[in-house]
Amino acid sequence: MTKRLFAVVGIVLLSVQVFAFQAPPGQPPAGQAPPAQGEFLPIDQLPASEQLPAAPLLIVAYAFVWIAVFFYVWTVWRRLNKVEAEMRVFEKRQSHRGEGAPGVNRTQPR
Amino acid sequence: MEKVFVPLAVVTAAMFAYAPFAIAQAPYESTMLLIQKIFYFHVPSWMAMYAAIAVCGVASVVHLFKNRPAADRLAVSAAELAVLFGAMGLVTGPLWGRKAWGVWWQWDARLTMALLLELVFISYLLVRTYGGPGSDKLAATVGLFGLAVSPFVYVSVNFWRTVHPLNTVVPTLRTGMLGPFWLCAAAFLLLFALLLMLRTRLATEQAMLDDLYLADEE
Repeated sequence: MTKRLFAVVGIVLLSVQVFAFQAPPGQPPAGQAPPAQGEFLPIDQLPASEQLPAAPLLIVAYAFVWIAVFFYVWTVWRRLNKVEAEMRVFEKRQSHRGEGAPGVNRTQPR
Repeated sequence: MEKVFVPLAVVTAAMFAYAPFAIAQAPYESTMLLIQKIFYFHVPSWMAMYAAIAVCGVASVVHLFKNRPAADRLAVSAAELAVLFGAMGLVTGPLWGRKAWGVWWQWDARLTMALLLELVFISYLLVRTYGGPGSDKLAATVGLFGLAVSPFVYVSVNFWRTVHPLNTVVPTLRTGMLGPFWLCAAAFLLLFALLLMLRTRLATEQAMLDDLYLADEE
């Protein structure tokens, strides 16, 4: 009787072991945290060749803003100078036409 | 207007001179760290673009319905500035995204619509340059379209959740970040006002010269 009981318990334990062995890996026992994954590294532990430095991107962004502003101001200044030069030429031409010609009226446009 | 220009330019220059120190002192954002500091120029450049769109749209409406050439000159000046500030936002954004998202560009709703808005104002300028006689009215409708579309670009990120952060970022900023942000926002809006004055002066002088040539021909 005792022998039979030991045999049954032995078979049950063996089956449990076999089933436990066949269970999918990575299933942590209840109440325990899953183990850390080996494939992922914190970003600050990456090798230098893999890291993307922020400073050059930041510098390019700020530099672009300033270059764009200065370039735009330069283009407006150039166009303004061109218009004013043209206006001076026009005034000179008007003054050469003599007294009878209508003078240049530099009033505000509509 | 010219009396205001110089004091305003001095104030703006002082603000931009102080801005790098304020930005450097602002706390780092916990996940993005240094690259997040692009935010202090990126968001204000979009704010300046929206201001330019508002001015262009309203001036276009006035020109369309009341036929005021002065409003047209203001609209064309503002459209040029909308393209300028939009370009700043479209360049600084991908530089930030490359580090924060790992990609230069995503064809998500916000980014795509912002690009389209920039293209609307580029088309405004192209219509003005190559459209010939009557192009001012056609361009005014383009400006009005840009104004009508811009609120949808702003709220698009709330409807299509993608990689771009929500519009709730600014109200939830930490105290140390709010000061530098509003300093930069005010500096960008003042810069917009200054450039608008300068560009409107150019448009006015061009119109004066055109009037002189017309009077001479007559």
